[in-house]
Amino acid sequence: MASRTAEIRERPKASPAAAIGLSRWVDQHISWFFILPAVLFLTAVLAFPIVYTALLSLFRWSGAAATPPAWVGLRNYADVFAGDPGFRNAIFVTAYFTGVSLLIEVTLGVGLAQLLNREFLGKGIARTLLILPVAGTPVALALVWRHMYNPSNGIFTWFAEVLRLPPQRWLADATTVIPSLILFDVWQWTPLIMLITLAGLVSLPADIYEAAEIDGASPWQAFWRITLPLVRPTIVAATMLRFMDSVKTFDQIYVSTQGGPGIASQTLNLYVFDQAFQYLHFGYASALLVVLFFVILAGNVVLASVRRGQA
Amino acid sequence: MIWESRGTRQAGISRRILFYSALILVLVVFIFPFFWMAFNSFKTHEKILEYPPAFVFAPTLDNFKNVLWQSDVVQYTRNSVLIAFGSLGVGMILGLPAAYGIARYGHRKLALGILVCRMIPGISFLVPWFIVFRALGLLDTFTGLVIAHLVITVPLITWIMIGFFEEVPVELEEAARIDGCSRAGVFLRIALPLVRPGLVSAGILALIFTWNSFLFPLILAGVKTKTLPVLVYSFMTFDYLDLGGVYAASTLVTLPVIVMVLLVQRQFIRGLTLGGVKG
Repeated sequence: MASRTAEIRERPKASPAAAIGLSRWVDQHISWFFILPAVLFLTAVLAFPIVYTALLSLFRWSGAAATPPAWVGLRNYADVFAGDPGFRNAIFVTAYFTGVSLLIEVTLGVGLAQLLNREFLGKGIARTLLILPVAGTPVALALVWRHMYNPSNGIFTWFAEVLRLPPQRWLADATTVIPSLILFDVWQWTPLIMLITLAGLVSLPADIYEAAEIDGASPWQAFWRITLPLVRPTIVAATMLRFMDSVKTFDQIYVSTQGGPGIASQTLNLYVFDQAFQYLHFGYASALLVVLFFVILAGNVVLASVRRGQA
Repeated sequence: MIWESRGTRQAGISRRILFYSALILVLVVFIFPFFWMAFNSFKTHEKILEYPPAFVFAPTLDNFKNVLWQSDVVQYTRNSVLIAFGSLGVGMILGLPAAYGIARYGHRKLALGILVCRMIPGISFLVPWFIVFRALGLLDTFTGLVIAHLVITVPLITWIMIGFFEEVPVELEEAARIDGCSRAGVFLRIALPLVRPGLVSAGILALIFTWNSFLFPLILAGVKTKTLPVLVYSFMTFDYLDLGGVYAASTLVTLPVIVMVLLVQRQFIRGLTLGGVKG
């Protein structure tokens, strides 16, 4: 008993100075210990694939373990840009889909935010309900939309008939498939733009509007001259966010059309998917991925410069 | 708004009626597909095929019975739950210290680096992952799928929690330091308990995103590890045989998400914008 207490009393002296030094060193550099695990993990699972993809884009490979990749230099890139019709189509489809849906979503989202920026009965419920399209499982939503668009018994076909519109073939027709997908996308994502903008509107000071009213400004003028310039940074941020996700859209298109009819709705994303996992052109798919990466980077640089120009 | 005070009382009432009609219209448009999903899941296959669409019918539970008993839905649900909670748990272990480190000690550039994960399309990891996972025997394993989904949960948890850690008063942490607490101890004993509400919403968001994920399991999962969205997708093959099953499966996979959204509400927007907006 006595010896044990002595041992405990001894302990601080007995532990080597190096250990104290180490624990103090750890404590001083603790911020790195907090951050490094996450950063190292993400670097491993992200940076590695990026380097690997860049390398693989210089080879031709079917992905079979038995046949090693064959070096082709820049030929994959030459093929991409020298008039691969699939690639040109994918660029067009992606630009069409992303551009138009972004434009509609931002306009509609800001308008709806302006509409809902007031106190009203059931505001909380309305906000929750509007989150649902954004949160719902995309595969399930795409299956429902796919059937709503069914030319022979979908409810949209019936709506079109009730409204005396000419009969539509929606997803089944090469000319209407992208507008139909855009409508789906607008339905799903306008609420997000709206809720982000609403959060920006709420934080605007009320006294500016009082001053504007005293100066005889109409609500319309107040919206264009005061509200819009003040929430513009929020809107641009929401647009950038939406742009990044819009280019990434996969589940919705893959489930509802698989890129069809033909290749009429094959975005860059789906084209890469097909090249890799349908035709097993891993080298070519890698070259496409590098191009896709630069497309996204370029889009973001453009949007970022818009943001800076207006800040 | 202020301008509304100008008009007469009657004009105010008619304006209010106009506003509520517009609101109801907007809500109906955005909720309709969910309604239609649930509504059709109670119809027989033949009833769903009817044109014009049937609004009055004898509801049946057969679709749900078929989905629950004639497919492997129970196993797929278990897979989905395992993968969602696995990537949530590991995501927390990696993401929470990172968020705290960024909130307290700076490292904003690293924070932006973590954000880049959000920018890159999933398909760009998928090609190299598929090749490497195959070589390492990680295809069709829970380990492989959890690793894949960490790319979603780690940035998400980190970015949401940065905001919550920043709201913890520094004075509390300094007091603990003076009392002899190490920096790691401050994180574990002072900061973490204080951000518990944030933990709940970040956790639920991570669960929603992993639950909804389709592209990763489509390629990386196999017979053993397929998740619910992949199963729901496979129902599409029976489009012309069993639309009731398609609708019932869609309803079943969406239901937990709706429950989770009701639990987090505002935090959801914060999560989607990765902390960019305090909704």
